[in-house]
Amino acid sequence: MSVELRAITKTFGALVANDAISLRVEDGEIHAILGENGAGKSTLMNILYGLLQPDSGEISVDNKSVTINAPSDALAVGIGMVHQHFMLIPVFTVAENIVLGHEKTKSLGTLDLSQARAEIARISKEFNFDVDPDAVVETLPVGIQQRVEVIRALMYNAKVLILDEPTAVLTPQETDELLTVMKRLKSQGTSIIFITHKLREVQAVADRITIIRRGKVVGTALPSATQEELATQMVGRPVVLALNKKHPAPGRSLLAIKDLTVTDNRGVELVKNINLEVRAGEIVAVAGVQGNGQTELARAILNLEPHCRGEIQIDGENILGRSVSDAIHSGVAFVPESRELDGLISSFSISENLILDVFDKEPYGKKLAMFPSVVRSEAEKRIQEFDIRTQSVTDPVSSLSGGNKQKVVLARELSRPVKVVVASQPTRGLDVGSIEFVHERMIAERDAGRGVLLFSTELDEVFALADRIAVMYKGEIIDIVPATISRSDLGLLMAGVKQVKA
Amino acid sequence: MKNRFAHFWRSVKLPLLAFTLAILSGGLLIAFSDPKVIALWKSPGKLLSEGFLVAIKAYEALFQGSIFDMNLTHKRFINGFYPLSETFTVAAPLILTALSVTLAFRAGLFNIGAQGQFIFGAIGASYVGFHFSLPPVIHILAAIAFALVLSGLWGGLVGLLKARTGAHEVIVTIMLNYVASYFLLWLLSTTTFLRKGRQDPIAPEVQENAQLPRLAGDSFRVNFAIIIALLVAWGIAVLLKRTTWGFQFRAVGANTLAAKTAGMSVPFVMTSVMVICGALAGLGGAVQILGSEHALTAGAAGSFGFDAITVALLGRAQPVGTVLAAILFAALRAGGLTMQANTTTPIDIVLVIQALVVLFIAAPTLVRAVFRLKNVKTTSDMTAKGWNG
Repeated sequence: MSVELRAITKTFGALVANDAISLRVEDGEIHAILGENGAGKSTLMNILYGLLQPDSGEISVDNKSVTINAPSDALAVGIGMVHQHFMLIPVFTVAENIVLGHEKTKSLGTLDLSQARAEIARISKEFNFDVDPDAVVETLPVGIQQRVEVIRALMYNAKVLILDEPTAVLTPQETDELLTVMKRLKSQGTSIIFITHKLREVQAVADRITIIRRGKVVGTALPSATQEELATQMVGRPVVLALNKKHPAPGRSLLAIKDLTVTDNRGVELVKNINLEVRAGEIVAVAGVQGNGQTELARAILNLEPHCRGEIQIDGENILGRSVSDAIHSGVAFVPESRELDGLISSFSISENLILDVFDKEPYGKKLAMFPSVVRSEAEKRIQEFDIRTQSVTDPVSSLSGGNKQKVVLARELSRPVKVVVASQPTRGLDVGSIEFVHERMIAERDAGRGVLLFSTELDEVFALADRIAVMYKGEIIDIVPATISRSDLGLLMAGVKQVKA
Repeated sequence: MKNRFAHFWRSVKLPLLAFTLAILSGGLLIAFSDPKVIALWKSPGKLLSEGFLVAIKAYEALFQGSIFDMNLTHKRFINGFYPLSETFTVAAPLILTALSVTLAFRAGLFNIGAQGQFIFGAIGASYVGFHFSLPPVIHILAAIAFALVLSGLWGGLVGLLKARTGAHEVIVTIMLNYVASYFLLWLLSTTTFLRKGRQDPIAPEVQENAQLPRLAGDSFRVNFAIIIALLVAWGIAVLLKRTTWGFQFRAVGANTLAAKTAGMSVPFVMTSVMVICGALAGLGGAVQILGSEHALTAGAAGSFGFDAITVALLGRAQPVGTVLAAILFAALRAGGLTMQANTTTPIDIVLVIQALVVLFIAAPTLVRAVFRLKNVKTTSDMTAKGWNG
């Protein structure tokens, strides 16, 4: 089935999210839509799926014009969608989730799941999905949950499947499996619209690529195009993907973690007996699938975890068990995992956010007094140095884009005396331009003789930055490897498979 | 400058409109609760005009009782301002108590305990006031200092419990209000506090040296308390804006996680903020005793601690707004007495108007719908913060 969008325009107030976008998806093709965060990809797909109504433009399916006012209309013409955030009820089983909204009942009004179960089993077998219809959704890994969404779309006879950033939540292995599934679906005649900003995946599966920038189609490409070409079109200026990185010259040990164990309130060990060292002038990346203890390890270095055993030395001095403030002022810069949650105070101004952890230190404050004029003038310097795009430093930080928010965090953390930089997922949700900035800054910190401990679930980032890679799995560091390790070997390690060295 | 005005207008628009709506609906209530008006139901024209007259009369009496009364001017023009003096007399303790709630709001805490803190301030001031004989000025300072210590400890206890054990301040303060009220009742039955020769719960009058000086001669009750209240309000504004403590209070109030990650000590903030809040409400109790009541009674705290919550809401948790809202509420209360005396309208209507103001503030969508507005700044985030603590 082919789908054509003609001159779709959608505005939100003054923002033009989609500006006369036209594109055609042919029968049985994987059509990638490539664009940065905020380029308008999701808006376009929400229009196609009936969640939003366009201001103008039309949609046709198999060359016949259709009106899609609601997701049910989309399903009726054969368009299904798998959302970035799954629309599943965690405590329901797979079958219950799939029949939701289309329940069949027996004579007395009791739920009849047998037909759905059989159908799920059939599709699961046909595509080699390995999904048990009676499994409770919350017990399933994320990759399998995503397949449940795919099965749901297929059960309602979707001939065109929209996948919105499907790999954002997956491990490298799961990503590879998903790409295989996509090819298999295609071979069975399903068309796929694949929304992403990851170049490697596009090249792996797409038949054609449409690139969107700031709400407009800026070009189409074939998967044979190089990553540089695609990135340049996506960002709108030449992008250097390979970072210019000098050979590391590690010095003395700046961060030494010894026999560190972190437990939660109930005594469950989240981080188990970890030993790790970061020296001056090197970047150590902690790679691992989300939720294997990285968050707790990063927070423990800042004394944010209440139940810890072991030792954490900053430049030879143990700080574990002391206050957060002690950790900060012994020279730890901390880029937290979530800017919104614990990195910034959204209602505070940019200038106030820039001094959150030095507000009582000179020149900003002394004892009880604070000096707002100094705070403001120093903030002016920071926004110059870190290229923070804003009208005024007194604007609330919530008015900034994601990239600029992260720059505020970096500007705050790196503008005081720092020995070790602990950065947790520092580029999550950022656009290519901001990612470049963050990466360059990390390397600059390394070259200035600081120790950088980077936590990342993105393999590209790990490979671009790391001098050494520590792999975390189930709370343990199962191996520390040089950055020359192959992508597939690292993927295996992240899945907990440790090879016996010959 | 223009920008600042626009900002100012945006933040006062909602309270102003809410107040207007409350006055209008209060007027309807006054008109239709009057038996004279109801008796006219057979002729709708007369009903409306009579109803309108009754409401206007009631509000006129409210104005006379709170700001200026022509009837009092036959001896001296200045006497006409007696009601205004009453308004400011009531406003002083209310401003201080409401500032206590406001400051707690800003640190993300919901201080329902201003009532209890007020009582402890009143006890402290009263005890030093009647039990000791000290020189002028020093006696006042000593009485206030003891009031601050007692009420500060009482408030700080809440912060400490919250910081140490996670006990929710709303529950703790509600319960401590009962403790404070009954403690006061018991205290007034002891030989130390019971006035000689009296059976009813009333403490001896505070000595002359401990009484706050009056500002406009003996015929007006308005006293130094209002100056103290305004100075303290200014002090709280400075504390929040220009001190490291205030910065921490606001940070913890706006995002506790981020404040913690930035190395601020949340237990310290919670405890110290509650000490200050307790002392503020306690200062309200102290000036009530030293300024206008002069003797501690079982009902000395009235409903100051609860009105304070309403006032802080209406003042949008800003010191300046709180001062303005407190003066408004004080005027309603002072005027209500005159209204009851001069017209058949009961003083309870004032409570209804106060309640309606809060209702309309808490339901900004309603105000927006009535006045067909867009972009009215709401307070809901503030109140929600208070409860999530």
